[in-house]
Amino acid sequence: MLDRHDILEKRGLLLTVAILVVVSIGGIIEIAPLFYLESTIERVQGVRPYSPLELAGRNVYVREGCYTCHSQMIRPLRDEVERYGHYSLAAESMYDHPFQWGSKRTGPDLARVGGKYSDAWHVEHMIDPRALVPESVMPPYKFLASSIIDPDDAPEWLKANRAVGVPYTDEMIENAAADLKTQHDPFAADFDNFVARYPKAHVRDFDGNPGAITEMDALISYLQVLGTMVDFSVYEPEENYR
Amino acid sequence: MTATSNVPAPAQDGGSEVPFIAAFLAVGALLALFIAARTPDAMMSAHAMMFLLAFIAGAFALVHHASSGNRLTQDVYEMGVVKAGVFASVFWGVAGFLVGVIIAAQLAFPNLLYFEDLGWTNFGRLRPLHTSAVIFAFGGNVLMSTSFYVVQRTCRARLFGGLTPWVVFWGYNLFIVIAATGYLMGVTQSREYAEPEWYADIWLTIIWVLYLVVFLGTLLKRKEPHIYVANWFYLAFIVTIAMLHIVNNLAIPVSLLSTKSYSLFPGVQDALTQWWYGHNAVGFFLTAGFLAIMYYFIPKRAERPVYSYRLSIIHFWSLIFIYIWAGPHHLHYTALPEWAQTLGMTFSVMLWMPSWGGMINGLMTLSGAWDKLRTDPVIRMLIVSVAFYGMSTFEGPLMSVRAVNSLSHYTDWTIGHVHSGALGWVGYVSFGALYCLVPWLWKRKQLYSNALVEWHFWVSTIGILLYITSMWVSGIMQGLMWRAYNSLGFLEYSFVETVDAMHPYYVIRMTGGLLFLIGALIMAYNLWRTAKGDVRAREFAASPALAPAE
Amino acid sequence: MYETLSSIAQTWGLVLFVIAFGLVLVYALSPKNKQKFDHAKRIPLDEGDE
Repeated sequence: MLDRHDILEKRGLLLTVAILVVVSIGGIIEIAPLFYLESTIERVQGVRPYSPLELAGRNVYVREGCYTCHSQMIRPLRDEVERYGHYSLAAESMYDHPFQWGSKRTGPDLARVGGKYSDAWHVEHMIDPRALVPESVMPPYKFLASSIIDPDDAPEWLKANRAVGVPYTDEMIENAAADLKTQHDPFAADFDNFVARYPKAHVRDFDGNPGAITEMDALISYLQVLGTMVDFSVYEPEENYR
Repeated sequence: MTATSNVPAPAQDGGSEVPFIAAFLAVGALLALFIAARTPDAMMSAHAMMFLLAFIAGAFALVHHASSGNRLTQDVYEMGVVKAGVFASVFWGVAGFLVGVIIAAQLAFPNLLYFEDLGWTNFGRLRPLHTSAVIFAFGGNVLMSTSFYVVQRTCRARLFGGLTPWVVFWGYNLFIVIAATGYLMGVTQSREYAEPEWYADIWLTIIWVLYLVVFLGTLLKRKEPHIYVANWFYLAFIVTIAMLHIVNNLAIPVSLLSTKSYSLFPGVQDALTQWWYGHNAVGFFLTAGFLAIMYYFIPKRAERPVYSYRLSIIHFWSLIFIYIWAGPHHLHYTALPEWAQTLGMTFSVMLWMPSWGGMINGLMTLSGAWDKLRTDPVIRMLIVSVAFYGMSTFEGPLMSVRAVNSLSHYTDWTIGHVHSGALGWVGYVSFGALYCLVPWLWKRKQLYSNALVEWHFWVSTIGILLYITSMWVSGIMQGLMWRAYNSLGFLEYSFVETVDAMHPYYVIRMTGGLLFLIGALIMAYNLWRTAKGDVRAREFAASPALAPAE
Repeated sequence: MYETLSSIAQTWGLVLFVIAFGLVLVYALSPKNKQKFDHAKRIPLDEGDE
């Protein structure tokens, strides 16, 4: 009786192990190669880590659950390319932790929204979406304009991102708090160094309130850089076919 | 077999776990206190306080339990925790459906239901609240409570671990509260269906391991030589969800005192890991777990064995093997390498077969007793749930084909597909199980009212039909509008014109959701009266199926 | 590396999965196990009442 019981016990554990083996196979074969195949991410020029202010904006984007209605992934279909611009490359989200490709377009794709609208349009639109687009179903984000960002939080964000693989340098981390302020002020002393660290970053007051660095500033700085980093004049699609 | 030969002697285990639980609560409380005192992050402070209060309440409950003479060892089976799970299921179900109706109404009437000073009521924060509440809070509690019931009855053994099942129950529901309040405050990873932040994820991992220990421990001490197939499905659900949850939520927190973390994986790798998780949350949480319910409750209620035990074995192993590959179909035409998309599509199409194997097994269990569809509304609910399962597991492979997906992706068609599975399959099989469980657990001869079950069934069914048909129409319409060209070769519609065209369908969808919610409220009332022991006047005499088999 | 792995997956991988599926079929359909399954499928119906 005791022996039989022993076998039964083993069978319950055996079943558990068998299930674990069977459900592991698919994931290992599909996901693991993405980490070592060089062809997974295209070779492009221009993609850089987010500046501290852009990253703060991305934090807001993530916090507010924008992905529930906006995708950031343009598919290589004729209508999408005409509507939104060049199809999205894997390289364009290589520093995105987490990815925000989304799965639903209740609102339009945002992968290349950078530069499409003025800062003032974004501010008005965030405060009251239906004032500019009467048919819109987007919620208002007026509270972002009065929500102040503490620049001293920035080094921690960059450090955590470096820990997950984003190539922030020591210099970037040391200057993170200052850089966050610099991007809000075109006359800041460190302007040249900042732009050297984050090429093509937009440096200005984004929300029309130069007295404070708000979440509205941050979010708009993020939106204005989305999809603008890759230099498509030197991109070779044929070389990167996967 | 006679009844007596099947009944195990009252279990005498339990008690040895009490010091461990006490230590667990003490360590947890100290940690929570430390974090609450030290963190500069107001949201982390709020969550640490919630944990602290929960641990203190747990300690009081433990002391009360110990001083009242270990009531747990009295019965053959531990059904208290199952009853608690039934309560929680109904509560979270109604709450989750309500939030669903609210966010559907927001999209239909944005002018009325957005408040510029109440950012926490915005769609982006409430939508994860809805999905988590229905999937993890409602679905999770249904799965936990039914699994605790089924594993005890089919193993003829009391739940393993004494008080541990109670730790699992309260711990899991604490996770729900932490996750839900987090979304409202803006604590989220914004990774679909895996929104809870790192500390909630760690807490869930601990609780989930305890859940596995309780379930597996019960299996190991069973008196019945065979492990009934429902338990295979429960086990696959528990083990696989553990694997998915741990891998998908790997992240580095900004600091141990901060709510914020950054996913370990970047861009494309993060996308595939997330949809490997996301699709298998569907496959193992919403399918395997609820198939276990089907494999126990339909045979039990119909008083006939499952149609084919052999088919159940074949479809079990095929289903769990194939499901795990299907994730990349969420990423067709994206920057995910094409080979991975093709692999995902191929396996998704193959998945049709084991899915329908399960459907046939569930439906055919009723063969020779089809009249029960007419006479027993609970059986009807269970069988219709399997029919919905068949429908959405046909639609799923169809939508996973790249050409179809190019139209359906990003549109409401996906939302409609999900809801035909979620409302029709998961919802109905859960409701059916709850209608069975309450009379069994509270030892009532029959439900308070079968007529109210009829009402629930028809009101909800109309609701589901409104929901999924409106989403089919709006989804396909929007997909076609996006790709429409005019005679000059320009895009015919601006994006916002397609949003405007959605409005009537959003109103219909909201109405459908409202009907589904009303159905659930009817159920809640019916179950409440049943548990109290009431029987509605003018009800028929108890049908034999309502009492547990003698 | 990628070519080697993908060619293994497309040949031996396929064979391996077919064999594994065959084993499941044999286990499920073998007449030897019929009695076992006939008992197992009645488990929910033959429970004792407490």
